[in-house]
Amino acid sequence: MSLDKFHEIEPYSLSKDKKEEILFSELKELTQKHYESCPQYKNILDMQNIKPSEITKKENIPYIPVRLFKEYELKSVQDDEIFKTMTSSGTSGQAVSKIFLSKENTLSQTKTLTHIISSFIGKQRLPLLLLDTEMVKKDRSMFSARGAGIIGFTTFGRNTTYALNENMEIDIDKIEQFFTEHGNETILMFGYTYMIWQFVVKQLEKRNIHFNIKNGILFHIGGWKKLKAEAVDALEYNKRIQGVLGNVKVYNYYGMAEQLGSVFVECEHGHMHCSNYSDVIIRNPKDFSVAEFGEKGLIQLLSVLPVSYPGHSLLTEDEGIILGEDDCPCGRKGKYFKILGRIKNAEIRGCSDTYEKR
Amino acid sequence: MQKLGGVLILMKNVNYLIGSENITTSPLVTYNDEVCKFLNDLSSEILKSSISRVYPDLSAVAFWARKASIHKLKEKFGDTSNRTGRGLCFHIAPSNIPVNFAFSYFFSLLAGNANIVRLPSKDFPQTEELVKVIKNTLEKYPSIYKRTAFVKYERNNEVTSEFSKIADCRMIWGGDKTISILRMMETKPRCIDISFADRYSICIIEGQEVLEADDSAIKRLAENFYNDTYLMDQNACSSPKLIYWVNDSELARTKFWTAVLEIAKQKYQLQDAVAVDKYTKMCEDSIDNSSLISKIDRVDNLLYKAELRIINKDVQNLRGNGGYFYEYSLSNIEDLFNIVDEKYQTVTYYGIDAQKLANDVANHNLKGIDRIVPIGKAMDIEPYWDGHDIIRELSREIAVR
Repeated sequence: MSLDKFHEIEPYSLSKDKKEEILFSELKELTQKHYESCPQYKNILDMQNIKPSEITKKENIPYIPVRLFKEYELKSVQDDEIFKTMTSSGTSGQAVSKIFLSKENTLSQTKTLTHIISSFIGKQRLPLLLLDTEMVKKDRSMFSARGAGIIGFTTFGRNTTYALNENMEIDIDKIEQFFTEHGNETILMFGYTYMIWQFVVKQLEKRNIHFNIKNGILFHIGGWKKLKAEAVDALEYNKRIQGVLGNVKVYNYYGMAEQLGSVFVECEHGHMHCSNYSDVIIRNPKDFSVAEFGEKGLIQLLSVLPVSYPGHSLLTEDEGIILGEDDCPCGRKGKYFKILGRIKNAEIRGCSDTYEKR
Repeated sequence: MQKLGGVLILMKNVNYLIGSENITTSPLVTYNDEVCKFLNDLSSEILKSSISRVYPDLSAVAFWARKASIHKLKEKFGDTSNRTGRGLCFHIAPSNIPVNFAFSYFFSLLAGNANIVRLPSKDFPQTEELVKVIKNTLEKYPSIYKRTAFVKYERNNEVTSEFSKIADCRMIWGGDKTISILRMMETKPRCIDISFADRYSICIIEGQEVLEADDSAIKRLAENFYNDTYLMDQNACSSPKLIYWVNDSELARTKFWTAVLEIAKQKYQLQDAVAVDKYTKMCEDSIDNSSLISKIDRVDNLLYKAELRIINKDVQNLRGNGGYFYEYSLSNIEDLFNIVDEKYQTVTYYGIDAQKLANDVANHNLKGIDRIVPIGKAMDIEPYWDGHDIIRELSREIAVR
C-alpha cells in the first residue's frame, strides 16, 4: 500500500468529494488487511457479522475502542516485522497502550508528521527549543509517546536545546543564550500542554521574567483536563505564553499514541483540522449514529497510516463537535472540529466491593 | 455499656450520625414488641416524608417495615419465647446501594441485637433522609436508641478492626475482598459473621408463556425485568446476567426483547461512559470468548444480546452491565444443574414451576441457587437471603428441657 498519493499533495488540499473517494478506498483496504492479519480484529468483526468486502461507505468502517490497545497486543504483522513498540504515556500504575510498528508504518508516520507540520512552518529547519527535559529521550523506560513526540519533533529543528533540566526546572541561562544566538530567526518550540503551563509559564511569571521573542512558533500537545481545573482556556493559555515569551504563534495539536503521525492541528482561528490523511466522525453515544455538524458526541478518528496494527478507525473516549467542512476561514480543506474533553466516568450503581484498598 | 475510650485518637475520625461510642450492647428478645412497634412507626414516618415519593427504594423500605409485613415474618419465624439477640452486631453496608444498610439494621434489630452500622461511603439523598427519619423515630424508643449507632468514616481498617473486636456478630456486605480483609481482623471467639460474597444470578423464561401473554402482561413483565437489571445497571449480585430460554422460539424472544427495549427507551439514562464500556465489552467478548459466544446483537446502545453456543462452568464469568445480556436456549434443565456451583444465587423466572425447580435444586445436591423468585423480585431483600436465615442466625436459642 502506498501513501504517495497523499504525500505528493498539500496536506489540507482535498475537498469533500475527492477526499471521500480516496480516503474510503484506503480505509476499506486497511479494514480488509487487518481482518486478514489480526486475529482479534477478525473476531470483533465476525461476532457482529461484518464483512469488510461489503462495506460501502466510510461511516460503516468498523471502529474499535482505543482502550483495547491497553488490554490486547493487536498487530497485523509477524513479530519479526515489528520495528518498534510504542507505549502511550500513562501515569504510573495505569495500563498503557502498546502499539506495534513496522518499519513501513514508522516511516509513514514521520513522513506524514513532517508534511503536516511543514505546511505551518515551512520546509527549512528552524532553531528548536524543546520545552521539556532531555531525560525523556535518555531514559529508555520513558520510551513512550512523550519521548517519541520529542524525538519526532527534532526533525524540524536544528541547534536543539532543552529548556528544562533533569529536575524539570527551567534553565534561564540556557534559554537566554539560545534567544541571543537566534534572536533574528524564527524560533520553533515544542512541548506538552500542561508541562509548558506548569514548568514554563508559571515559573517565568513567578520569577517575573519576560522574554521578547520576535518571531516564534510553538506547537503543543496533550490534554486540557488539569488546565480546565485551573479555569484556563486556549485563549488565556496563548495570552499567558505570549506574556512570558513574546511574539509567539501558538498551535495546539491533537493526536493519540494509537494514531501517531496523522495529527490534528488547531489553526489560527482556533479550529482543529483533519488533514488529507485523517478524518473525524462524531457519534451519538445513545446509538453510535453519525451526529450532525454542530452536535456533540463521541469522537471517532480515522487515519490511513496504521498498517501494522488495526488502528485506522478508533472510537475514543473524548467528546467533540464538528464545526464545518472545507470552509474554515484559514483556507484549509477538510473537516474542522472542537474537542470538549474526556467523557465523564460512569457512576456505578449497584453493589460493588465496599472495601476500598488503602 | 461498651466503651471505646482506649482508642480515642484513632476513633476521632468516626462520625456518629446516630448514637455514640457509649452503646448498650445487651440483647433484647427476638421479635421484641418494642422493635416491631418502632418499625411500624418508622414506616409511617418515611411515608410522611416528601422525599419518599421521589425515591422508590425509600417507599420499599417503608412498605417492608409496616406492621402487616413484620407480623407475617414473625409468624413464619415461629416461636420466639426462648430466643434473644446475641449482643452487638457490627454492619459493613455496601458503599453504593443507598438503603441496604437499613435492611441489615432491621434484620439484626428483629433478632434482638444492638447495632453499629457503618453507612455507605457515598452520599445518597435517600441515605441521608432515611438516617434522619430513623433518628427522629428513635427518640420515642430509648431502649432501641441506646442500642444504636450509625457511623461514617473514611476507609480505615484500624477503625473497622476496633469495632470488630467488640462485636458479637458481624454483617459483612460488599464482596469477596471486604470479606477476606474483615476475616483477618481479631474478633471475639464467639463472634459469628454473616458474609455476603460475590454471587452470580440468572433468569429462566418460558417461551410459550411469553407468546401467550397479552399486551399488559408482557408490558408488566418487561417493567419487572427492567427493575431487576437496568435499574441498578446489572451490578447487584441478584441481577441476572444470563437468560435461559425454555420452550424457546424466535417469536417469543422478539416479543420479550421488544417490550424490554421499549421500557429501557423510556426509563434508562444511558451514560456515555456506559455506552463505551458496553461496546468495549462486546469487543472483549469477541476476542476472549468466541468459543462460548456465537454472535452479539447490538440494538441501539441500550441493549446488547450475546448468544451462547454452549454452556459450561465458565459462563458465570460472562458478566455484562447496563443492559448487556447473555442468552441460551436451554433444551434440558440438567445441562444447567451440571454447571451450577456455590456462586449461583438468584434465579428469577417467568412461566415455570418455581416449587418444582426448588425441589430439583435440593435433589440434585447443588451448592448454589439460594433464591428462586419471579422476575421483578430480584432486588427484594428479605431476611432469607443468600442461603441464610438471617434473623435466626443473628439470635440465639435458649435450650430448655
